[in-house]
Amino acid sequence: MSVLNSKIPAGPLADKWKNHKNSIRLVNPANKRSIDVIVVGTGLAGASAAASLAEMGYKVKAFCFQDSPRRAHSIAAQGGINAAKNYRNDGDSVHRLFYDTIKGGDYRSREANVHRLAEVSVNIIDQCVAQGVPFAREYGGLLDNRSFGGVQVSRTFYAKGQTGQQLLLGAYSALSRQVSVGQVKMYHRHEMLDVVMVEGKARGIIARNLVTGELERHSAHAVLLCTGGYGNVFFLSTNAMGSNVTATWKAHRKGAFFANPSFTQIHPTCIPVSGDYQSKLTLMSESLRNDGRIWVPKKQNDERRPVDIPEDERDYYLERRYPAFGNLVPRDVASRAAKERCDAGYGVGQSKMAVYLDYASAIQRYGTLEANKLGEIQPSAQRITELGTQVVASKYGNLFEMYAKITGDNPYETPMRIYPAVHYTMGGLWVDYNLMSNLPGLFVLGEANFSDHGANRLGASALMQGLADGYFVVPYTLGDYLADDIRTGSISTQDPAFDEAERSVQDQINRLMSIGGSKSVDYFHKALGKIMWDKCGMARSEEGLKQAISEIQALREEFYAQVRVPGSANEMNPELEKAIRVADFLELGELMCYDALNRNESCGGHFREEYQTEDGEALRDDENFAYVAAWEYGQGKAPILHKEDLNFENVKPSTRSYK
Amino acid sequence: MSSKTMRLNLKIWRQKGPKANGKMVDYTLNEVNPEMSFLEMMDVLNQQLVERGDEPVAFDHDCREGICGMCSMFINGRAHGPMTGTTTCQLHMRHFNDGDTIVIEPWRASAFPVIKDLMVDRSAFDRIIQAGGYISVNTGSAPDANALPIPKENADMAFDAATCIGCGACVATCKNASAMLFVGAKVSQLSLLPQGQPEREERAIRMVEQMDKEGFGNCTNTGACEVECPKGISIENIARMNREYLRAKLVQK
Ligand SMILES: Cc1cc2nc3c(=O)[nH]c(=O)nc-3n(C[C@H](O)[C@H](O)[C@H](O)COP(=O)(O)OP(=O)(O)OC[C@H]3O[C@@H](n4cnc5c(N)ncnc54)[C@H](O)[C@@H]3O)c2cc1C
Ligand code: FES
Repeated sequence: MSVLNSKIPAGPLADKWKNHKNSIRLVNPANKRSIDVIVVGTGLAGASAAASLAEMGYKVKAFCFQDSPRRAHSIAAQGGINAAKNYRNDGDSVHRLFYDTIKGGDYRSREANVHRLAEVSVNIIDQCVAQGVPFAREYGGLLDNRSFGGVQVSRTFYAKGQTGQQLLLGAYSALSRQVSVGQVKMYHRHEMLDVVMVEGKARGIIARNLVTGELERHSAHAVLLCTGGYGNVFFLSTNAMGSNVTATWKAHRKGAFFANPSFTQIHPTCIPVSGDYQSKLTLMSESLRNDGRIWVPKKQNDERRPVDIPEDERDYYLERRYPAFGNLVPRDVASRAAKERCDAGYGVGQSKMAVYLDYASAIQRYGTLEANKLGEIQPSAQRITELGTQVVASKYGNLFEMYAKITGDNPYETPMRIYPAVHYTMGGLWVDYNLMSNLPGLFVLGEANFSDHGANRLGASALMQGLADGYFVVPYTLGDYLADDIRTGSISTQDPAFDEAERSVQDQINRLMSIGGSKSVDYFHKALGKIMWDKCGMARSEEGLKQAISEIQALREEFYAQVRVPGSANEMNPELEKAIRVADFLELGELMCYDALNRNESCGGHFREEYQTEDGEALRDDENFAYVAAWEYGQGKAPILHKEDLNFENVKPSTRSYK
Repeated sequence: MSSKTMRLNLKIWRQKGPKANGKMVDYTLNEVNPEMSFLEMMDVLNQQLVERGDEPVAFDHDCREGICGMCSMFINGRAHGPMTGTTTCQLHMRHFNDGDTIVIEPWRASAFPVIKDLMVDRSAFDRIIQAGGYISVNTGSAPDANALPIPKENADMAFDAATCIGCGACVATCKNASAMLFVGAKVSQLSLLPQGQPEREERAIRMVEQMDKEGFGNCTNTGACEVECPKGISIENIARMNREYLRAKLVQK
């Protein structure tokens, strides 16, 4: 019997959530007033949870490391958010969204969680519109939709290329309202550095005030980690510079299991690396694959300018390999296909590690349509281009501008150069159906948990999951847990568990400050990133992963001998913040390699070179690997694997085909 | 493409802490690649400072793609530097020349006190939003999203106002350190939408009062804020806010 109990409710799939909500315990309004909840992270998941719990009457303390909750990494999400509204009448339904997500995740997620996600997706859109989120609309005044990869319906709601911004500002406004009435106390520029376990339950955190450097103790009856993903273990990713694993990693060290850590999403359309000073990579939203066509020259090392390469000498390789989905195949498939072409010598640009994303034919198509609409007879080629450019600008203007600013090229005139980059982490802390980790009282929401996306996340589903967790799941499931705490009274921060947690944080800080080596934190972060990208990135092999593990161990040793953290710990010290985060990445990276090594199959974003079909597609092994790999911290030794078997009662796992 | 590298003279504001006195300090940086972003140039400088045993320059940044509003440098006398419609993190070194001197300062406004070097405290903006920059709707009580059609034109205008990233360039640029563009954008967004109507008057009054309390200056219509706003938020939002405020005052009486 596994030590993991997923607590999936009994009954038919479509009724599980409804029945569960009706049967779990509640906390009455008077009692909520005497219950404290800590929410770490105020991105979409955290801000929505903090606001909703405060509205219900809980006393909430919320934390973020930026100078305002409005700046969480969720702000950067571009393309959109899915919901099974079926406003297009194109055959969408809760079941179809559920099915697409399970299939998109390559059958490595829990049916019950994913179905619940699809069910509440419709409420999210309602909630956001009521908050004043200005989604794109049609001329009739109703909401517009676009398509995203891996699906054949149009269910993505969007606000130009700034959907994350608008959703986060909606959640931030709800949070601000609760701050103003005193239900939420907001701690910005604070970083959580440990979770405090009192008698086996999560009862608080140690946080560092980043302005003064002071360590603070905060207690509560439950702790929610909503701290986002850990893609920055690769150094270069599309994540914000501050995104990190520290909160969840500290919890892992305290006993929380880390699930499927190696499941990383490499996004196919990002601006390629330009030099070794590069600090981050910029995503070009997947929505661009709605209208853009991806190609490379048919000839290797073709030095011609893209506009000089005639149609019949171009290889639209996604359309060629996957005629049914074309440019809209899921991300893992599109990324591997780009790597395959570049590795085979067909890449473009200076580094030859790029492919073209071309809008020329979309501009022509939209231009012609627009001219027809305007009743222009026999418009000139120039006129069509002009009109088409206007249409494309209205849909994707801010993305095109972003590309132009970074590269100095004009993407309306010459195709964009793109290459895959680390983008999202499907792995995260293991949680049960109630979003509680294996540590009682420690809940995990949003990208920080592992729950809904299996081995590959579909586009526009992370925003959906973060808001589902925060607005519509945890407000119910937390009550069931807290029902036992109505008589507990406030938790003292004088408990020895707080002393010990604070001491260990202080020890770590002292240690880092006193090394006084000669290398910067970034030096180690970059070195780790390179190991991870080369050996635990888009393609992995047994040999490479074993090497990576010993290289990371050596790098970690060097870090603790050679790193230099200038300044002092009692002040604003961004280098110290980075050092603490990189120390955790140096441990996480090793765990990711163990996980990838253990999984002798290819599925979703996890591609083991030894396990592929003849034509290079992922070869899954359901017989042996239809499980969640939840790792227990090894306390300095190898991590310990626990398995949660995945049972598919409603969809039959089949080979994912987008041909 | 690999254009020649540049040598730059940097004059940077250094200030140890909120209460310390600050001063401009000179640095020279060689081999700056024109393809770098401005913040990557700062990373290179900081890397060298750390290796030399000096303290790196503290500055705010996070997304590095022009959307979080965290970066905030006053470069050669302009908020976010010489390019319009561009945040500091999106500015690239190809817009500078070999041998240039670049002066880098923090946002200067009494409502934005310096925390360290180029970092300032912009929590006043959060408090203004807390005063009324929201629609009071509890989770779970919303009607179907398409129950209330909104004319596309209004939705688009609301969106344009809502794209404010809260960076504070408008305040840093304004000779009076006024926050009217920031506040006007939020008031406009919500007053343009049907959902925002019930709290329309109260919102305008409370947000404006909080803005005054925070010590931001008055608007004298110089329009610099609109020019420097990296998101191109229109100064019309200030006019709309003024109308909203006057209207609210009338209704209140
Ligand atoms: C460029 C980009 C575009 C994207 N586009 C889309 C899209 O179009 N559609 C989609 O569905 N998804 C998209 N995603 C993914 C999606 O944006 C994220 O998965 C999602 O926003 C994560 O939300 P979150 O609330 O879990 O975490 P985040 O938004 O990352 O928030 C994390 C929070 O935790 C805080 N925090 C972290 N560590 C600590 C600590 N130790 N102490 C205190 N606070 C801490 C931070 O301050 C922050 O408030 C995109 C991602 C990227 C990178
Ligand atoms: S760092 Fe986010 S806007 Fe510049």
